[in-house]
Amino acid sequence: MRRVVVTGLGMVTPLACGVEETWSRILEGKSGANKIEGFETEDLACRIACQIPTGDGSNGTFNPDQWMEPKEQRKVDPFIVYAMAAATQALNDAGWKPTSYEDQCASGVLIGSGIGGIGGIYEASQTLIERGPRRISPFFIPGRLINLAGGYVSIEHGLKGPNNAVVTACSTGSHAIGDAARLIALGDAEVMVAGGTESPINRLSIAGFAACRALSTNFNEDPTKASRPYDKDRDGFVMGEGAGVVVLEEYEHAKARGAKIYAEVIGYGLSGDAYHITSPSEDGDGAYRCMAAAIKRAGISASEIDYINAHGTSTPMGDELELKAVERIVGNAAGKLSMSSTKSAIGHLLGAAGAVEAIFSMLAMRDGIIPPTLNLDNPSVETAIDLVPHKAKRKDVNIALSNSFGFGGTNASLVFRRVS
Amino acid sequence: MSDIADRVKKIVVEHLGVDAEKVTDNANFIDDLGADSLDTVELVMAFEEEFNVEIPDDAAETIVTVGDAIKFLEKNAA
Repeated sequence: MRRVVVTGLGMVTPLACGVEETWSRILEGKSGANKIEGFETEDLACRIACQIPTGDGSNGTFNPDQWMEPKEQRKVDPFIVYAMAAATQALNDAGWKPTSYEDQCASGVLIGSGIGGIGGIYEASQTLIERGPRRISPFFIPGRLINLAGGYVSIEHGLKGPNNAVVTACSTGSHAIGDAARLIALGDAEVMVAGGTESPINRLSIAGFAACRALSTNFNEDPTKASRPYDKDRDGFVMGEGAGVVVLEEYEHAKARGAKIYAEVIGYGLSGDAYHITSPSEDGDGAYRCMAAAIKRAGISASEIDYINAHGTSTPMGDELELKAVERIVGNAAGKLSMSSTKSAIGHLLGAAGAVEAIFSMLAMRDGIIPPTLNLDNPSVETAIDLVPHKAKRKDVNIALSNSFGFGGTNASLVFRRVS
Repeated sequence: MSDIADRVKKIVVEHLGVDAEKVTDNANFIDDLGADSLDTVELVMAFEEEFNVEIPDDAAETIVTVGDAIKFLEKNAA
């Protein structure tokens, strides 16, 4: 199979709009969590989230008008605007602007989302009930469909190659990058714009995830303390929003045009728990098998992994199950492994999480520095693995693995290697 | 210019994101103002909303320019 490398990065996160802006804040140990603004939360069990800082675009703020015309924004849910921002950043970073018909046909898109336009569906439902079907906009459907994130990106940038979308809950971003890399490896495309996007901060989504008992509810008055993976006091995840998009490229194609290469995608593994709709399997078997598959595909030994960006959502069950699965897979090498959860800083971006965290893994590799797990005051279990509590730390990273596990028992792991 | 014409033009400017000077009576929504078929459906909905009137589909099909909309609404709006 052909080699696939990453040549462009883009993101919008609760810490900032932009890759470098987000990265510098995450290394400083900043948290993106705050009280929910914009809708009534009084009657919700969870009243906090990690929200994108909006503004005029300066100082890392997100200004949607820079990424999509206001008249287009009006037609779509925010997850599409976030995808446009992240994809445009990634393509600019990669310096890839296909203009010839051949280049356009060799460039595709694979951007997914966990729950897509659920906010807009909620609003349109109210319109339907209160005012009837004639008041439903013709843009209601195209502005809410998950694959329209990729659709808009393809139209904006002239990407006529494979056009697909992944929907695997919280594993979406990882599956999107893995599946897109395979399309390049198998020769279906030379370049793929891949990632995930999510805009889940609305009353309906918060109520729904709270009903699943998935969200943190004990820290409504102290939001920055709520996301605390592996800590004794963790009580659920903190909802985040945003998008992460990478430009994947066939290695020789990237080399021929002198593109900057962040990393090579050397491994991708998938598995299913076949256990429960929302709970991970109690033996961590699904997590173990998807990491094992990715490591096998990468042709490395688990002991060679320097850093794992954990799924680590800060839920009571999930964190320890993942940790045990990782301990099992690395065996005696646990003492030299570092593993952190960046969800401690930006919350859980659901369908965007895997893509954003893949980017953090590559930046850790680029800069030789590992982002911290915030709020890890008292680990709930002992482990030989370094969970990087509180502060970023210097470490040479040659190989990094990123995990994502989703509702429905859907798991994905990606392995990246530095290209010298 | 009538009050109705003003209100129609304001809606067109807002929905299609075009400059006000381009929104002349003769301007065709699709050919001159860059609307697509979905934009025209939404424009008709916006006229219905603004003027509290129902525009049946067969009538909507005859509204292709700004002037068409103004004429229809001057005749049918309450």
